[in-house]
Amino acid sequence: MNFPDSLRYTKEHEWLRLEGQEGVVGITDFAQDSLGDVVFVELPAVGATLTQGQIFGVVESNKTVSDLFAPVSGKVVAINETLREKPEQVNTDPYGSGWMLRVALSNATETGPLLDAKAYQEFVASEQAK
Amino acid sequence: MARRTPVYPANVALGAKIIEFGGWDMPLSYSGATEEHQAVRQRCGLFDVSHMGEVELRGPEAAAVCQHLTANDVSKLRIGDAQYSLLCNERGGVIDDLVVLRTGADRYMLIVNAANTATDAAWITERARRRAEVIDRSAELGLLALQGPDSELALRTLTPAPLASLRPFAAIETTVAGRRAWVSRTGYTGEDGFELMLDAGDTLAAWEAVLEAVRRRGGLPAGLGARDTLRLEAGLPLHGSDVDAETTPLEAGLAWVVKLRKGDFIGRAPLAAQAESGPPRRLVAFELAEQAVPRHGHTIFHGDAVAGNVTSGMRSPTLGTFIGLGYVTSGVSAPATPIAVDVRGRRVPGRIVERPFYRRVRQE
Repeated sequence: MNFPDSLRYTKEHEWLRLEGQEGVVGITDFAQDSLGDVVFVELPAVGATLTQGQIFGVVESNKTVSDLFAPVSGKVVAINETLREKPEQVNTDPYGSGWMLRVALSNATETGPLLDAKAYQEFVASEQAK
Repeated sequence: MARRTPVYPANVALGAKIIEFGGWDMPLSYSGATEEHQAVRQRCGLFDVSHMGEVELRGPEAAAVCQHLTANDVSKLRIGDAQYSLLCNERGGVIDDLVVLRTGADRYMLIVNAANTATDAAWITERARRRAEVIDRSAELGLLALQGPDSELALRTLTPAPLASLRPFAAIETTVAGRRAWVSRTGYTGEDGFELMLDAGDTLAAWEAVLEAVRRRGGLPAGLGARDTLRLEAGLPLHGSDVDAETTPLEAGLAWVVKLRKGDFIGRAPLAAQAESGPPRRLVAFELAEQAVPRHGHTIFHGDAVAGNVTSGMRSPTLGTFIGLGYVTSGVSAPATPIAVDVRGRRVPGRIVERPFYRRVRQE
């Protein structure tokens, strides 16, 4: 399973890629694999305000539904519209074309507690051992 | 701890995602549920369904006992005939749905749902009143389902049985890859296909041989995820979700199974009365007009009034739309009736459609 070093991670299995004052958000390889084939992604509207740790949407497979949690606070500046027609991109390319939204961060210090790739990988290993 | 089928080691070796289902560790998917679904619709797929229960009825009165316990007409079965049927309770509720396979002059094999096997066996034993021998064979037998339009092509290299002349719901005692097997032209996917019942000790070897033939045809091993989306597109009910002890076959659209004129059987009186008055609610197929996954328990509305509830739902891999089954009051159950489903607080519009959602094109 792939966890790029360039990303930060949450314990709810979202990733964040920082690009200046903005961040791109998606779910991890582990999350997409656990869900199975994604059939529906519900995302907030552009302009919506996210609060770190709060639910911003849902991702569903035919097997299960899972909430999406905001890794940081901020304003949504873009969402991945192609996921409406091609939700399977979350499975095939979770860190690329499976991205979900782009946020203008309201508080850059919030990224501090997010996990780096090594810590996230260890967290996933401990979850799988349960 | 959950039980394991004879194919379990192969499932693990294939990298299957394993979940507990009906008390068994079963493969949810191997390479991906959607891909497996498409393989079964277009070519073929192989399922390990050894979790299914097998309860055998034996003895000179086995037919009479089976006739009393099940809703379909057992008297029509010749040796090697299979039949979809129902175990009903005294109120006409569905304890389980099953396939009855006549394996001998005085022998019937009842193939039942995994989660219900123990209660079915106890129910049958109690009501057989020693008129027939009732034996739970579930631990001794494995079951494989080979499904899809290329199933016959895949299987015919492995068996001497004349598959081309095996009609739907016919079965034959033969060999598969040199192992003794009952092969029936049955399944739970809406496609052509076969189910293979083998001794537990022969099941893994048969799985390996059939899977190799399946792969040569471009097919795949398929898990319970694909099995569920395939059966739902085909409009086939799942016991425990769409039908249960609180629903009757007439409500579930299974009136064709209930042979009221065959003589008395458990549940006949309330079912005859309901056939007379008409069922108050009906299991219908519906399609949503927007993206949302309807799930078991979601409320169905007609206008502002509650009309019923969802029993199964998904995004259909074949149609690409969001579909489901659910009970609605009979007055609003006609196809094309507009409905809405409350999906986590959002009223998603849709309409009732003909069941099944998917019907295969028969190949001659």
